[in-house]
Amino acid sequence: MDILVTQVFNGLSGGSILLLAALGLALTFGQMGVINMAHGEFMMAGAYTAYVCQQLLGSAGVSLLVSLPVAFGVGGLLGVVLEATLLRRMYHRPLDTLLVTWGVSLILQQLARDLFGTAGVDVAAPAWLSGPVEILGFAFPRSRLFILVLAIVAVVAVTMVLKLTPLGRRIRATVQNRHLAESAGISTRRTDMLTFFLGSGLAGIAGVALTLMGSISSNLGTSYIVDAFLVVIIGGIGQIKGAVIAAFVLGVAQSWIEYSTSASIAKVIVFALVVAFLQFRPQGIFQVRTRSLV
Amino acid sequence: MMPTRARRSLLTAAFLSLGLALTACGSRVDDAGGTTAAAESCVDTSGDSVKIGFLNSRSGTMAISENTVFNSLQMAADQINATGGVLGKQLTVVAEDGASEPTIFAEKATKLIQSDCVAAVFGGWTSSSRKAMLPVFESNDALLFYPVQYEGLESSKNIFYTGATTNQQIVPALDYLKEQGVTSLFLVGSDYVFPQTANKIIKAYAAANGIEIKGEEYAPLGHTDFSTIVAKVRDAGAGAVFNTLNGDSNVAFFKEYKNLGLTPATMPVLSVSIAEEEVGGIGVDNIVGQPVAWNYYQTIDSPENKKFVTDFKTTYGATKVTSDPMEAAYTSLYLWKGMVEKAKSFAVPDIQAAAGGVSFAAPEGTVTVNGDNHHIAKTALIGKIGPDGLIYTDWSSGAPIEPDPYLKTYPWASSLSS
Repeated sequence: MDILVTQVFNGLSGGSILLLAALGLALTFGQMGVINMAHGEFMMAGAYTAYVCQQLLGSAGVSLLVSLPVAFGVGGLLGVVLEATLLRRMYHRPLDTLLVTWGVSLILQQLARDLFGTAGVDVAAPAWLSGPVEILGFAFPRSRLFILVLAIVAVVAVTMVLKLTPLGRRIRATVQNRHLAESAGISTRRTDMLTFFLGSGLAGIAGVALTLMGSISSNLGTSYIVDAFLVVIIGGIGQIKGAVIAAFVLGVAQSWIEYSTSASIAKVIVFALVVAFLQFRPQGIFQVRTRSLV
Repeated sequence: MMPTRARRSLLTAAFLSLGLALTACGSRVDDAGGTTAAAESCVDTSGDSVKIGFLNSRSGTMAISENTVFNSLQMAADQINATGGVLGKQLTVVAEDGASEPTIFAEKATKLIQSDCVAAVFGGWTSSSRKAMLPVFESNDALLFYPVQYEGLESSKNIFYTGATTNQQIVPALDYLKEQGVTSLFLVGSDYVFPQTANKIIKAYAAANGIEIKGEEYAPLGHTDFSTIVAKVRDAGAGAVFNTLNGDSNVAFFKEYKNLGLTPATMPVLSVSIAEEEVGGIGVDNIVGQPVAWNYYQTIDSPENKKFVTDFKTTYGATKVTSDPMEAAYTSLYLWKGMVEKAKSFAVPDIQAAAGGVSFAAPEGTVTVNGDNHHIAKTALIGKIGPDGLIYTDWSSGAPIEPDPYLKTYPWASSLSS
């Protein structure tokens, strides 16, 4: 029972970290079809934003809360710059965007090394997030609960934006049929840019959350980008709910397989399962159905 | 809606991107191979200067660690030059970048030996870089000074190992834990050669000393989620954890350890890959009070170390720290100087013949070269991480320990070397 609760929680927690990392990608890759290899570096930028905030503000508690919106802005701004300068020129050329954004990710990594040094930096967790909290006799790490809540809030917020706001309507219209959306008077360029801002901003928030879990160095992004793409591909392109399900399924699978085998073997088994799954459902869990003729 | 074909190519591209990212993470470990037969040494000692080579990763993932070793070597060379050089000759440094790739280490080593004609090469960090360079140095009959603690079970007449071998770091660490009354251990390590070999030794020691191994877990290099492993550690309830994790994984591990409410008082984690340089990145709060095993700490109270630390801070900045591999690299250059002066020659066979017994009053204490296995005798120190991020000696082996890379003098280890 003890193990059951612990491992299910660890799985959900791992899933929520994956989800935060993948949510922005689900927007930019899923909705717009842009393979952004620099997404991981936007997370890195978010993590370093948390570090800079803490250096400036001192107090760990305040700086964490301040850094969330600031990192959203930093990530979003980086995304908009990337979109406006490079990606705009190569929509519908996925292989080109892949290589270009990979180059950008290398540049950003080097920039981080030049600015913050090659050794990792530390962001201290606030007192109210360190250590475990007892719930029904089980010890849960506070920081993991915080990330779980943050991920749920982020998903709800993104869903609300897509469902309820004019921007969300425009994004959905553009995803479903770009040409029809354009002929209905939607500026798809503007929509693309805002989608990219939103997606990259979410990467910034994910970066802040990651400072509670792991190391903050120039290669933070590379540790998460592969898993984030996996989540989006399994979830199905163009669907947020797919990414949510995929992230939690992957998280729970990883933690259970790891518990009964070892971390290395679990990685292999999870990858094998993903490959097998994509053989049967290459389109992922969900796909957008439309009446467009192609 | 995107056309189906476009979507398929998108998926293809996505998988390509995964592959790309994976290649970027992994590092190739190829054999050097194909080195040409030993040419006559082309080292030029006729002038008033002599060339030496520094081969460290100045770029790539290992640059974080190896840059500090490079700085330390450079400082030693400058000091030697300022005090009259070696046999009256000034040292001219040829620096090359190993770029964190074993194959490049082998290539650059060949270049340093064959076209730069250096008298000796100093550097290397990962065991895979050393293994890649070994055939190059053996086939060219040249000299490499390797400054990092490693997994033992190696001894080449062309390599001098100035970091600790297992009986100068891991075995004393186990002695220390046993003295502290630890009767059960949990082993956590990264999934590659050093932790696997170290854990074999630990298990043999434990079997002979009545220590129970409660569990053994490996995480892939760069692993970021330690919730499951730390949960296993907590549930196993061992007396201590022996940690051979490498790199960024340590950060995630110690953050998780603290998050689950585990402390050095309840279950200490003894680490063998965390030095002064790494403490900052992990966060002092997350690791304060935990023990580590090395042969040198910045806080060692000796005139030699005070001078070393002061010189380093003056040269590279007051915020810099000094660590074990940096000290071992610094020491390696002075040991080479000692060997050359004893042999009165820069020739490799003369140096090999003269090496045994050469000693140096190093910052860590006096070290002496073992002429048979080319390692050095050094004192083992167990330290504890202080609230200021520095490491303070808690236990010492008292005297330098003779190097024994194959653990031949330990009866319990007899099953290991076969």
